[in-house]
Amino acid sequence: MAEFTLPKNSKVRKGKKFPAKTGAKNVRTFRIYRWNPDDAENPRVDEYEVDLAACGPMVLDALIKIKNEIDSTLTFRRSCREGICGSCAMNIDGGNTLACTKAIEDCDAGDVKIYPLPHMPVVKDLVPDMTHFYAQHASIKPWIRTQSAPPPDSERLQSVEDRKKLDGLYECILCACCSTACPSYWWNSDKYLGPAILLQAYRWIADSRDEDTGARLDELEDPFKLYRCHTIMNCTNTCPKGLNPAKAIGEIKKLMVERKGT
Amino acid sequence: MSPIARPISPHLEIYRWRVNMWQSVLHRLTGLFLCLGALLLAWGLIAVATGADAWGIFSAFCASGLGFVLQIGWSWALLFHLCNGIQHLFRDTGMGYDAAQRDHSHTPSYFATGWIVIAASLVLTALVWITLFARASGGAA
Repeated sequence: MAEFTLPKNSKVRKGKKFPAKTGAKNVRTFRIYRWNPDDAENPRVDEYEVDLAACGPMVLDALIKIKNEIDSTLTFRRSCREGICGSCAMNIDGGNTLACTKAIEDCDAGDVKIYPLPHMPVVKDLVPDMTHFYAQHASIKPWIRTQSAPPPDSERLQSVEDRKKLDGLYECILCACCSTACPSYWWNSDKYLGPAILLQAYRWIADSRDEDTGARLDELEDPFKLYRCHTIMNCTNTCPKGLNPAKAIGEIKKLMVERKGT
Repeated sequence: MSPIARPISPHLEIYRWRVNMWQSVLHRLTGLFLCLGALLLAWGLIAVATGADAWGIFSAFCASGLGFVLQIGWSWALLFHLCNGIQHLFRDTGMGYDAAQRDHSHTPSYFATGWIVIAASLVLTALVWITLFARASGGAA
């Protein structure tokens, strides 16, 4: 059921302020969500003043600089720093994106606000608990399911045209920016699969080598799993890889109608 | 180990609102509001069936300031729900999702269609009431 306000233990309080060193040339304030599981306190927003004259261009550069030089307790995930691993997905400047591909100068004027991915259980600071999201991904059995025996002397081949149908789908890195941008997913993530998982589901439905389309559609034919999508479009609007999860969901809905026949 | 009471990260209050979110919220709210409007309609029909006195009470309510504001609200709610519903129909056929844009090079078309839906509902509401007033004053003259 939709709860529009945060529970008592999740209300965000004002936090500490870390001023820039004297002599800093180009100071920008980063307001960052903090929560520590080791004390019994509520989450807070700490303010860090960062000298951009001595900082890389991306939001992730600023986070790493803060952790290295200002406050080593700041916790966040990061790995590839080039938008392919999806680890540093978080809410920056009011939208979900990857900290490594979001330029600081592309954020609105004023303070840069950084929160974990919205409406997720927080492990610590900017690290959300992704267990449920991954379990939902596993639930769609994201691998090629076949009925026929494999060719004895080759791989299962695919024409160039069929391969093209996977463009815009295979690039998904499962960063969860889209799912956690979706209000329907906020209110119903226990039952609704969300845009990322549905795009993945469509990626296998659209694959010419997969032979289980009927069963896949049966599994999705559910008022909650699929049809909580109300085409709000936040998913497509926020995808840091420029993919279109809303359209993939629309294609699944179309297949549901088409297979009923006339 | 006792389970940790993890906080839920902020959502509505930190997410940037754009026209597509307003559209979705307004579709819900106008839908609810129209349910109440059905009660007014039922009241009107019952009043007609009951007699002149009952109708007098109903029409006095409709002519009051509150009744007038509610009627404008209901007419707009109906027209917004209709216009947005037409966009939903297009989406059901796979249209209006915008092309995938991997370089984020242009403003997506669904922002424009969102504003068109809202603008169309307001223009149509204005037209309805202008027509009604024109007919009412024409009839009186």
